[in-house]
Amino acid sequence: MAHDEVRHDYHLVNPSAWPLLGSLAVSTLAVGGVTYMKGLFGFEKGSWYLMAFGFAFVAYVMFGWWREVIKESRGGDHTPVVQIGLRYGMLMFIASEVMFFVAWFWSFFEMTIFHGARAGVTFDSANVLYEGLSAWSSWPPPGVETFNPFHLPLINTMILLLSGTTVTWAHHALQHGNRKDTRNGLILTILLGALFTTVQVIEYAEAGFSYSGTLYGSAFFMATGFHGAHVLIGTIFLAVCLFRLMAGGFTPQKHFGFEAAAWYWHFVDVVWLFLFAFVYVAPYLILEGG
Amino acid sequence: MPMDEVALDHAHDDHDHKPGFFVRWFMSTNHKDIGTLYLIFALIAGIVGYALSGLIRWELAHPDIGPLMGMMEYFYGLEGDAAREQAKQFYNTVITYHGLIMIFFMVMPALIGGFGNWFVPLMIGAPDMAFPRMNNISFWLTVAGFALLIMSMFVPSGNGGNGFGGGWVLYPPLSGLKGHSGPAMDLVILSLHTVGIASILGAINFIVTILNMRAPGMTMHKMPLFAWSILVTAALLLLALPVLAGALTMLLTDRNFGSQFFVPEGGGDPIMFQHLFWFFGHPEVYIMILPGFGIVSHIISTFSKKPIFGYLGMAYAMVAIGVIGFIVWAHHMYTVGMPVDMKAYFVAATMVIAVPTGIKIFSWIATMWGGSITFAVPMQWAIGFIFLFTLGGVTGVVLANAGVDHALHDTYYVVAHFHYVLSLGAVFALFAGWYYWFEKMFGVKYNGFLGGLHFWVTFIGSNMIFFPQHFLGLNGMPRRYVDYNPAYEYWHYWSSIGYAVSAVGTGIFFLCMADAFLRRRKAEANPWGEGATTLEWTLPSPPPFHQYNTLPRVKDTGDH
Repeated sequence: MAHDEVRHDYHLVNPSAWPLLGSLAVSTLAVGGVTYMKGLFGFEKGSWYLMAFGFAFVAYVMFGWWREVIKESRGGDHTPVVQIGLRYGMLMFIASEVMFFVAWFWSFFEMTIFHGARAGVTFDSANVLYEGLSAWSSWPPPGVETFNPFHLPLINTMILLLSGTTVTWAHHALQHGNRKDTRNGLILTILLGALFTTVQVIEYAEAGFSYSGTLYGSAFFMATGFHGAHVLIGTIFLAVCLFRLMAGGFTPQKHFGFEAAAWYWHFVDVVWLFLFAFVYVAPYLILEGG
Repeated sequence: MPMDEVALDHAHDDHDHKPGFFVRWFMSTNHKDIGTLYLIFALIAGIVGYALSGLIRWELAHPDIGPLMGMMEYFYGLEGDAAREQAKQFYNTVITYHGLIMIFFMVMPALIGGFGNWFVPLMIGAPDMAFPRMNNISFWLTVAGFALLIMSMFVPSGNGGNGFGGGWVLYPPLSGLKGHSGPAMDLVILSLHTVGIASILGAINFIVTILNMRAPGMTMHKMPLFAWSILVTAALLLLALPVLAGALTMLLTDRNFGSQFFVPEGGGDPIMFQHLFWFFGHPEVYIMILPGFGIVSHIISTFSKKPIFGYLGMAYAMVAIGVIGFIVWAHHMYTVGMPVDMKAYFVAATMVIAVPTGIKIFSWIATMWGGSITFAVPMQWAIGFIFLFTLGGVTGVVLANAGVDHALHDTYYVVAHFHYVLSLGAVFALFAGWYYWFEKMFGVKYNGFLGGLHFWVTFIGSNMIFFPQHFLGLNGMPRRYVDYNPAYEYWHYWSSIGYAVSAVGTGIFFLCMADAFLRRRKAEANPWGEGATTLEWTLPSPPPFHQYNTLPRVKDTGDH
């Protein structure tokens, strides 16, 4: 029957076990996480085995799933219209990531902008909260030593901005079929990403506050820490692209995996610029008279 | 989009290649099968949520802690005050899980996962979703989230009893270490993370499908309103859920890693959680109702045999509701001690939403006006929806006033309000969609008398449950209380009787389904006649495993 022929370019994916496995992996990770944090079902708090297994399971599913996607792409399933869909999909994903960071920024802004207001919220000096809250009348709050943004943070800003140019270099080289320059640009970007993470680790080690105990530390480390995690993910994403390139993947016409990694990298870059401007510089200049 | 604009020359492919049972249902990449899985899942979760509300009404039928205390005595062998204390915690967990289950595991999976998956591709002329495999992990992560949530009911709260009893809004300090130090709350957090990831992936899938896979000739302004409603819903999910994920992550680290986001001793602010929560939570209520708007629009149009009145206005009213939905969140928090200017802003912004909502209500009425109306089962549910949603909307305008809300906040008036828009709004739309598309999905007819009986009994029962709660609230009955002053007994009693009536309705629903699936009367491709103009009615019932192997073409007529 002529009617049976598929006469469209959409990708009808074959049945796959990865979603079900992925769901099992996430459940394992969640139950393992609670076991580690609280102890569950007779396991002591701090038992990390199940969580580690869950984590490895999730990583395995991601690896297997995306390997299948690459196979399908090479098999010709990613027609132009499917590629447009993938592009939209990546943009939507980045949009949701932006909203994720909104939560951290919101928390940080609420603390810095209204730090004076929260000092006065209790009228009763006998209130147990009084001492902790009245400390917020000054900035930075007592026990907190903020970073000078024009030392390591500025260096990191330059590193990330530079990495944005090297990834663009790699992209242009790929579009012109210059695989050697693509490789070099990618390697440089990955190295710069790793350098950023190293500098961030050094900065964290020198921090004059900690994640626990005070809101400043919590808000600072949550915002910059989640950004750091995204740098790591972006670096891994770029490294995967490098491996695919070395294995002969990507053509000047079709290299969406690379583009997605580059988009993600630019997103991470922009988030850092916001962090640098509003978490490091603005409080330093405005509240501390830098 | 009348059917005559649609060339019906595409394949009616009955030559299906369905995989075997396990592969078909556990490894699916088929939007219709995944939609069916979502509907089955939502039905199961709905039964659990409905049973929990039964416990609430049983307990509240009379003052003093009765039935739940008896349960604690029976199941845990407790006596006297020990049983009483356990019953209190149990009641708190029952209301909490009732809310969480109904929102995240019943309404959302049914309307978005179920009907969205089934009918967005069919209506826009697409062979499947944009990312069929990702579609399936959205479903299985929802199941995983449900498993985690149910698990949390049976692990220690940390402060006596099991489960988390702080209400679905999860406010610290109740959700913090002081309120619930045990693993139950951590499981709730991770459950919501999991179902949140599922919804974000689903939202990406719907947006890409709708933007990228519409049939040739179907411009955005020719797209069926249900697809519009899912597009707006998906956008809200995509932008609102990550903020909840952020708030939940902060809560999780506050509980386990010593951060101080919501802990006043370290400078943190519990109110901050409320802001983050409601920045998600208010769009969330539109996430639950918008797909219902889409469904009702099609039903009203179909059974009035008229195109929907003001199609473009209807589409952009949903867009407007979605946009404004992001800037009204603090009307849930009038009593936290915010400045009066801020209240004034949130009152004004909230009232503005009545404008696009009014456009929808009046356009539905205008669609029916002068139409050739048949009161088939879906139409009864849809008209019921319009009536009840309007009632809930009107009490919403009352509550939008910060001054009035100071008196009514956290009373049964609020409970009545949001059950009118959700339990009698979203759920009526859900049943309307169910009866509208049942034959299309399952290929069998249901008994119209039983469907109508289900409607009338549910209509009477649910109104009996919730209408008296307005009186209770106006008289000062606080929500979430396990016990109350005997002065409130009269209306509480009637409310509980209403639940019994609605339970009879639910029984009729299952009878209707059993009848349909056992008798297996073969369904027609289009049982609703000329009023049903969208693309899904051009396919056989049930549609082939893969439809539109040749894409349908929508003719360009220059208008809609």
